[in-house]
Amino acid sequence: MSTRRRVIAASLGLGALVLVAAEPAFAQAVSPQWRFLTFGVFAAIIALTMYVTYLAAKRVKTTADFYAAGGGVSGLQNGWAIAGDYLSAASFLGIAGLISLYGYDGFMYSVGWLVAYITVLLVIAEPCRNIGKYTMGDILAFRNNPKTVKGFMAISTITVSTFYLTAQMVGGGVLVKTLIGIDYEYSVIAVGILMLGYVIFGGMVATTWVQIIKAILLVLASLVMVLLVWSQYGFAGPEYFQKVIGDAKVQARVAGLLGDAAKNMTAQDLGQRFLEPGLYLKSPIDQISLGMALVLGTAGMPHILMRFFTVPTAKQARISVIWAMAIIGGFYVLTLFLGTGAAMLVGAPNIVATDPGGNMAAPLLAQFLGGGPDSMLGNLMLSFVAAVAFATIVAVVAGLVLAAASAMSHDIWVGVVKGEHATDAEEKRAARICTLIVGALAITIGILARGQNVAHLVALAFAVAASANLPVVLLTLYWKKCNTGGVVAGLIVGTLTAIGLVLVSPNMTYPLQIKAAQQKIIDTNAPKIEKLSADIAAATDPAAQEPLKKQLAAAEKAKTGAEAAIARLGNDTTSLVGLSKPLFELRNPGLISIPLGFLAVFIGSLLYRDRRAEEIWDELYVRSNTGIGRAAAAAH
Amino acid sequence: MATMNWAAIDSDPRFRALHDRKSRFLWGLMAFSVFYYFLLPIGAGYFVDLYKVKVFGPINVGLLFALSQFIVAWAIAYYYARRASQFDAMADEIARDADKIGGRK
Repeated sequence: MSTRRRVIAASLGLGALVLVAAEPAFAQAVSPQWRFLTFGVFAAIIALTMYVTYLAAKRVKTTADFYAAGGGVSGLQNGWAIAGDYLSAASFLGIAGLISLYGYDGFMYSVGWLVAYITVLLVIAEPCRNIGKYTMGDILAFRNNPKTVKGFMAISTITVSTFYLTAQMVGGGVLVKTLIGIDYEYSVIAVGILMLGYVIFGGMVATTWVQIIKAILLVLASLVMVLLVWSQYGFAGPEYFQKVIGDAKVQARVAGLLGDAAKNMTAQDLGQRFLEPGLYLKSPIDQISLGMALVLGTAGMPHILMRFFTVPTAKQARISVIWAMAIIGGFYVLTLFLGTGAAMLVGAPNIVATDPGGNMAAPLLAQFLGGGPDSMLGNLMLSFVAAVAFATIVAVVAGLVLAAASAMSHDIWVGVVKGEHATDAEEKRAARICTLIVGALAITIGILARGQNVAHLVALAFAVAASANLPVVLLTLYWKKCNTGGVVAGLIVGTLTAIGLVLVSPNMTYPLQIKAAQQKIIDTNAPKIEKLSADIAAATDPAAQEPLKKQLAAAEKAKTGAEAAIARLGNDTTSLVGLSKPLFELRNPGLISIPLGFLAVFIGSLLYRDRRAEEIWDELYVRSNTGIGRAAAAAH
Repeated sequence: MATMNWAAIDSDPRFRALHDRKSRFLWGLMAFSVFYYFLLPIGAGYFVDLYKVKVFGPINVGLLFALSQFIVAWAIAYYYARRASQFDAMADEIARDADKIGGRK
């Protein structure tokens, strides 16, 4: 790396720092007097990752270094990096939040994310290491028409990465805005610039190390928080759950969720209900559909598969998945305690007040454990958790951008456009240019998607990966008759059905349904406001007026909120694709789109018939099982 | 590599033995893990009363079953890792002899 590049790298890092630090604004979670702590911790973590990038940049000499860290990552290191890729803000903040608000259902939701790795471990990781080189397209090109399958696979890779990326960018923007109060646009740009710094200068080497550092920080922070929560309850064993169900805040939350059904329940029953299913997940079929997308989709995620090209052998690929499963599973068990701890110590009303989705449960718990919103230690801990969450988003986005950029440069530019005729220097330059393009795209989409409900995009990314990417990779590796026709059919059918079904599903915005729901809120609150106003007027004692005024304010807020929601929709009556109500009732399309994706590969392969694909089968199968002739690790 | 006679290696008895043992083991384990996992959302949806049965203080069947998913996932990973080293040994032996079995004269 030239001196000029190094200077640019350093100034990019500084630029991102200034962006984070210079934006004065209101804060919701950290009061202004403690703002310097947040900046200090953010600066320290960003500086650490930039230093790692600087060291990594010196080691990125060839294209193999850029795409796959030269195959020189160990199983243990890769295991932490996979955990880092996977423990995105969605699972760290999201699952802890779901448990804090809905108890059992949040915990059950986390299980699928771990089980997904069994598929990766048993049937994907090792053959992919033996057959592939840099991208998913490489695996398919082994026995199919390289230009065709690389082109289609690259499109699918970029589609999946973009969905996931958009969700991360928007989530990151909202998170940083909530935590330290800088503007949404600036947080998105800061995430984008930092991420570009890691990827362009440090390639896969820097991306891997940033993932490792961030995963270790995340696990350490969670461990400390769990120990602190536990110490509040005297390190109790099973009695800890007795405290959970006996907690007044938990009982009040369940009563609020159940509404009228809670009237005849005792306090103890309400608490127990928190540990039973059904408070959040109402549709079992939808859960099964999501489970299918997770269990099969993880193994089709380009940024996860790409990690297996960074280790030298299939055995190291296996070891890395086993480490990743230990770390990810252990982490989800910790979130059970983070979530229930936040439910008791912070309480649902405070969590929802900062973020209705519950994403702030873990940071608020950190603040409480350190001594509360007015203490220095509390805010230091909040800042630390916030900075780790920020680093998480940047690192996950870096992995996704690298996956999309490799598909663009290695599969489309070198594979399709140049017909595999490009020098190493040309390809490395193309990879960096593509990174810049994808990065600019990510920042633009992130800013454009402001205020959109993007939570379902993560589920959609998994659904496309499970319906298109996994069937074609799995059948290329394990089915003799699979060929180019099947791969193209599978990618097209899997991607289009997954996206198509989501477009007509309840995930989309249906103005008429929302207007009806909001109108109901107005109708219930209007008489309440009248009654409360009358009561306040009647009450002479100021002490008696106080709680009534609070209730009145809440009711008025609900009413104006509903009115604003209706006003925002204007005269819209139909969804994006012109529907007034969903055509397809499931939020997760996997149940239908995954079997269709597999079916398309079968039918496409049988109709197309390709002698070459069958002739190369022996070679592919022998090599995927023995590792003979695999892409060797670069000497470092 | 392209000059190897892959079909010869593929039909070598040692490779056939590796293929048979590995396929049976992998797909069997895969089927079991998928089955065990889907019992969780199916049970939570259709056998709620069973999940509510208290086993140990407030700890109920549902909570224990969800926790068991972690134990089972780790156990599968551990079991697979143990068996995989046997497959490694078989594969290494074939790879070592690859030139003898599949070399073109």
